[in-house]
Amino acid sequence: MDALLAPVAELLGPAWLPVWTLVKIVVIVLPLLIAVAYLTYAERKIIGWMQVRMGPSRVGFFGFSLWGLGQPIADAVKLMTKEIIIPSGSSKFLFLLAPVLAIAPAMAAWAVVPFTDTLVLANVDASLLFVMAITSMGVYGIVLAGWASNSKYAMMGALRSAAQIVSYEIAMGFALVGVLMSSQSLNLVDIVQAQQGGFWQWYWLPLLPMFLVYLIAGVAETNRAPFDVAEGESEIVAGFHIEYSGMAFALFFLAEYANMILIAALTSIMFLGGWLSPIPGCRTASSGWRRR
Amino acid sequence: MDFASVVFYFLAAILLLSALRVITAKNPVHAAMALVLAFFTAAGIWLLLEAEFLAITLVLVYVGAVMVLFLFVVMMLDINLEELRRGFWDYLPFAGLVAGLMIVEMIMILGGTNFGLTAPEPKPADFSNTKELGRLLYTDYVYAFELAAVILLVAMVAAIALTLRRRPNRKIVDPAWQVKQKRADRVYLVNLKSQKPEAKSEEDE
Repeated sequence: MDALLAPVAELLGPAWLPVWTLVKIVVIVLPLLIAVAYLTYAERKIIGWMQVRMGPSRVGFFGFSLWGLGQPIADAVKLMTKEIIIPSGSSKFLFLLAPVLAIAPAMAAWAVVPFTDTLVLANVDASLLFVMAITSMGVYGIVLAGWASNSKYAMMGALRSAAQIVSYEIAMGFALVGVLMSSQSLNLVDIVQAQQGGFWQWYWLPLLPMFLVYLIAGVAETNRAPFDVAEGESEIVAGFHIEYSGMAFALFFLAEYANMILIAALTSIMFLGGWLSPIPGCRTASSGWRRR
Repeated sequence: MDFASVVFYFLAAILLLSALRVITAKNPVHAAMALVLAFFTAAGIWLLLEAEFLAITLVLVYVGAVMVLFLFVVMMLDINLEELRRGFWDYLPFAGLVAGLMIVEMIMILGGTNFGLTAPEPKPADFSNTKELGRLLYTDYVYAFELAAVILLVAMVAAIALTLRRRPNRKIVDPAWQVKQKRADRVYLVNLKSQKPEAKSEEDE
């Protein structure tokens, strides 16, 4: 791999590092966005079956109906071409800033998430703290969206959602204290490596109560059922993003699902041994990577 | 100028501008957001000074929690800015005093070499700020640290005790009680014989 890249690096000179980092970022973010699209596909397909809706289980490409695999693409195209309506009496700058503030932290946190012991964009020392700090910024998008919309429903939704996120963040942070005490590190790569030794050595067993607290707080943090009181479809319609349309709405949607995937990834890193094999001594992905 | 100073001046410029926006912004929500930006940029400058634990904690605590609550309060209030701005210049002497104190503090720190202060040695690259802070807090300063923690706990309990309100007149039905009810306890049938309506009396007409 390195031998292949060396001539390109020479060609670009000092511009090589930013270019190579950008390539890495795209390699992380692109699958993330595709995963978001197809997670909604899974969810919508099941709901579609339950409600006898035609779209999600049939939309395909060029006349082929591929189990509805075309639905997320169709959704994306629809959302991108829709008009972004700005409500009257709203604070326009903050109204447009809010979705950006929601998605930026959800994406930025992925910078330190390790995929194997060498495959990580930025292996920084206090990466666990970084993730917690960055994800705590996400609540601004929600609060501002609710306030800037100049709508009572959006305001109520934003207050509910923000109160829930801020309070469960504390439970989540303290559940992680157990992890960083037993691994004696704030570095996510080191935390995974401290769990070496197979399925029974992973932190889910010694820290079982913490694991459960983290799991529940994680569900609450992402405002999913049964903690979806922030959405409150029957009383406040949809919560903070009720006034958003088109791509601005899609950004909130992307942020929500990217946060869900992030929480899931962090759970597996912190409690379920990350990339380590459940059977000790077995060839893992990371050892195979190094040998090549 | 090396890259570190470029980053420093960039962050410093944003910090000053956003701090200025905090006091000049017309809308209090905009002011609160400018303060968030100021905190975030200050964290960036601290990262540049290799104080990574403090920088991340600043973002985690102030940006992630304290400012959200600020924003909550500011959003809910209907602030009349004209009224607030009326006495703006009356605060000048007090503000001048605070600013003067800050200048004195800055001179003492920045001109420390003149008073015999020495700058600490730069640390090696693998020096972990977080670990060192934790070691100091739990060994040398453990009593002060625990005392601060207890004071915070007392404040927290007090805040909850002050705002906790019991409402005795809530109309909530206990589901367990509801399920326990039997038909026999509440309904009884009366065998009522059919009877003729009473003959109309003539006074009614």
